[in-house]
Amino acid sequence: MIGIVGYGAHVPRRRIKVEEISKVWGTDADSYKSGLVLEEKSVPSSDEDTISISVEAARNALKRAGIDPQKIGAIYVGSESHPYAVKPSGTVVADAIGATPEVHCADFEFACKAGSEAMFVTMALVKSGWMEYALAIGADTSQGKPGDALEYTASAGGAAFIMGGKNVLAEIEHTYSFMTDTPDFWRREYQFYPEHAGRFTGEPAYFKHVLGAANGIMERAGMKPQDFTFAVFHQPNGKFPLRAGKMLGFSRSQMETGLLCPIIGNTYSGSSPLGLTAILDIAKPGDRILMVSYGSGSGSDGFIWKVTERIREAQDRAPKTREMIAKGKIQVDYGTYAKYRGKIKTG
Amino acid sequence: MDYWIVGLLMDSHLTINPFIHQSIHPSIHYPKQMMLNFKTTEDTVNREVVILGVGMTRGGEHWGKSLRQLFVEAALAAIDDAGVDRIGSMYIGCMSSGLFNGQEHIASLMADYLGQKHVPATRVESACASGGAALRMGFMEVLSGLNEVVLVGGVEKMTDVSTDGATYALSTAADQTYESFYGVTFPGLYAMIARAHMHRYGTTRKQLAEVAVKNHLHGSMNPFAQYRQKITVDEVIHSTAVADPLNILDCSPITDGASAVILCSREIAKKFANGNPSLREKPLVKITGSGQATDTIALHSRQDITELRAVAEAAQQAYKMAGKKPGDIHLAEVHDCFTIAEICVLEALGVAEKGQGGKAAESGYTALGGRMPVNTSGGLKAKGHPVGATGVAQAVEIVHQLRGEAGDRQVKNARVGLTQNMGGTGGSCVVHIMEAL
Amino acid sequence: MITPAEYVREIPAHHRLEAGRCKKCRKIYYPARQVCPECQAREFEPLSLPREGKIVTFTVIRVAPSQFSDQAPYAMGIVEVQPGVRLLTQVVDCDLDKIEIGMPVSLEFRKIQEDGEKGVLAYGVKAVPR
Ligand SMILES: [Zn+2]
Repeated sequence: MIGIVGYGAHVPRRRIKVEEISKVWGTDADSYKSGLVLEEKSVPSSDEDTISISVEAARNALKRAGIDPQKIGAIYVGSESHPYAVKPSGTVVADAIGATPEVHCADFEFACKAGSEAMFVTMALVKSGWMEYALAIGADTSQGKPGDALEYTASAGGAAFIMGGKNVLAEIEHTYSFMTDTPDFWRREYQFYPEHAGRFTGEPAYFKHVLGAANGIMERAGMKPQDFTFAVFHQPNGKFPLRAGKMLGFSRSQMETGLLCPIIGNTYSGSSPLGLTAILDIAKPGDRILMVSYGSGSGSDGFIWKVTERIREAQDRAPKTREMIAKGKIQVDYGTYAKYRGKIKTG
Repeated sequence: MDYWIVGLLMDSHLTINPFIHQSIHPSIHYPKQMMLNFKTTEDTVNREVVILGVGMTRGGEHWGKSLRQLFVEAALAAIDDAGVDRIGSMYIGCMSSGLFNGQEHIASLMADYLGQKHVPATRVESACASGGAALRMGFMEVLSGLNEVVLVGGVEKMTDVSTDGATYALSTAADQTYESFYGVTFPGLYAMIARAHMHRYGTTRKQLAEVAVKNHLHGSMNPFAQYRQKITVDEVIHSTAVADPLNILDCSPITDGASAVILCSREIAKKFANGNPSLREKPLVKITGSGQATDTIALHSRQDITELRAVAEAAQQAYKMAGKKPGDIHLAEVHDCFTIAEICVLEALGVAEKGQGGKAAESGYTALGGRMPVNTSGGLKAKGHPVGATGVAQAVEIVHQLRGEAGDRQVKNARVGLTQNMGGTGGSCVVHIMEAL
Repeated sequence: MITPAEYVREIPAHHRLEAGRCKKCRKIYYPARQVCPECQAREFEPLSLPREGKIVTFTVIRVAPSQFSDQAPYAMGIVEVQPGVRLLTQVVDCDLDKIEIGMPVSLEFRKIQEDGEKGVLAYGVKAVPR
């Protein structure tokens, strides 16, 4: 049995409300809030980055896995905001959690899909028998151009999963990937902010791939939406995943647990992985979960998980995602947010 | 650059640098006795060390004067005050000429510019206690009989760098890896001492301010002080916050300055003093006690954050050597780099009970006219704090007082004075006791 | 500023909170040492410090060194993680007016310094309210 033996989340405590951003750019906050299905987004402080978020998420995953970090054979950090252009984030995580030196590290990048990519590869490595455990992380401190629609959603957070072959708390039943060459969102080398193709990011990009992967995996598995207790899709805003789920035949109640975008925004590589942690926090043995990520460029990874008995003992070993999100929130104004995110020119 | 080129360069560097392959010197094992207290010989016990001459520049922003000019000005003043015609050796306290001025090797530089060809000269560094440590070195040299006339100076030229540059240089006196790394400043470290002291002993914000008010009042009577204006408790409490609960008026300033003293044996001193009309009528000032100690460099490594153990240790040594108790001291110059520092120092010196240091300035006990005036010069707060010079400048003030030359700020019948100079948050401390003969 | 070599040397202390326990008198030192000041023993066993503690004393730095000025004002505190085992760090993610002596905190992995725009990023732990 291959699957998740430990999972952990980390979300920065700072938030900025849609109203605060609207006020600066003269937009109608209410229409943005209803259009994006989003109240506020998480903001990393100036001392938080993809590496620090990854380390904290990884520590929480280790607490739940209860394993010796020396037994982790691979650490992959998926992100579109690695602090270094050249130099891996993964090695910092590996040394910080005590997994070095016998460990394989790589940083993954595929827009918002980098985290699920890491999950896919680590499971394959464990399944192949090459290693006992492997750690996959999806984390981001993503940036939207000031005033751009992305600025209302681009946020920070991450999730970590330790994959293994025994004592799994959620078994992987099926995986499926769906990708095509679709430039809907990108950031060229040396550019600070990403570009996107406006409405082209919707139907021909997000929906085509998410629906493609979801339908593909259910077809392969011979399952229908009713076979799942929970479903979680990539959440560029609060609206897209709900619409995609509805088109696939999922009910709101199946999707609600993993839908975090309305309260933290789009955590990019952390998005559907964080949603999965929120589901695992309350899941019961036997529950089946569909997870579909999406990364611009474009592609989706689909996973079908089946929760095991071990979930009961693991859930309380580390902070639960929704409790973490609710606890100790700090609201910031646009000026503070701009300072933290390096949006103010000082030189 | 390609990796193989880097590798090549490194290899050739290794082969052309023979020192790289040399092994570290074998470890030295001292016999047990040497680790015990140093026992003074008959000869050194009989020798007495006198401060014959003193000199200093005014503390301030000396835009027109260089590091060497400041030092030479103070050294010449001390030489002229003593009336000596030769110097056997020099010790110079200086914390960070490297960071402030990009100049190391300043002992040689100062000997050269003081016109003292070929004299042995040594720089002494112990952060803000550099001056006090230099004084102790000079004291020991005269005591040993190796040289009969020794010049001890201190100098710091701090305004050639930006405030940020000065803050950085000063912060190197803290543990760079486990304190400064996280963004703490010196005001921040002392602020944490203050917070702990207030929390445990009920020391008040007003009591902290009283220290600065008293020292500014004293400084107003000292022509060598950097700040000569009086301040009020209200002004201190409402001055710009630096590191809560300390404000800008709780902190000693950034200062350019130098100070110097001439040390010699009592026999030599008598000879020179008799030939010097300005000294003939005044008492000679003898160093009767000297103590030095260290403590953990990192504040957080101390079990009691509010206790300055190095100060207490150094003071005990000095009291013992001088045969004095805290109550025998008539006046003291102590290291008030921050207002809280003076409070904790008075407790460590035994002048105030543990936890009661805050009351000393508030009650007037340590003010001019009080039972034991502290920092009649204005202290580091008003006189200024050219870090490496401070420990020597404290001796200058005590000598002026014991000779009866302190003018408006003269302590009546002052016969026994104490100087206390410390580095960092009290990681090092030097205490001297001086008496009028 | 932290050099790459120093960064690597300090990974055990800064990134993993590794301390040393004196094999003779059992006293714990953070960071690990070579000689025990209490008993002069020279053998230590490594251990990782707990990531929870309480504030022993604190301050709010309002005039900060340049590499920290973008964060000012920020709090710093001495955190006791075990009886007698303390470290100094920033106290973040809390209301600066609400910090008090005795406050329970957790230690989180954070970026501590950047060596300008181009140099290495230095990491360590900071205290956050528990
Ligand atoms: Zn020991």
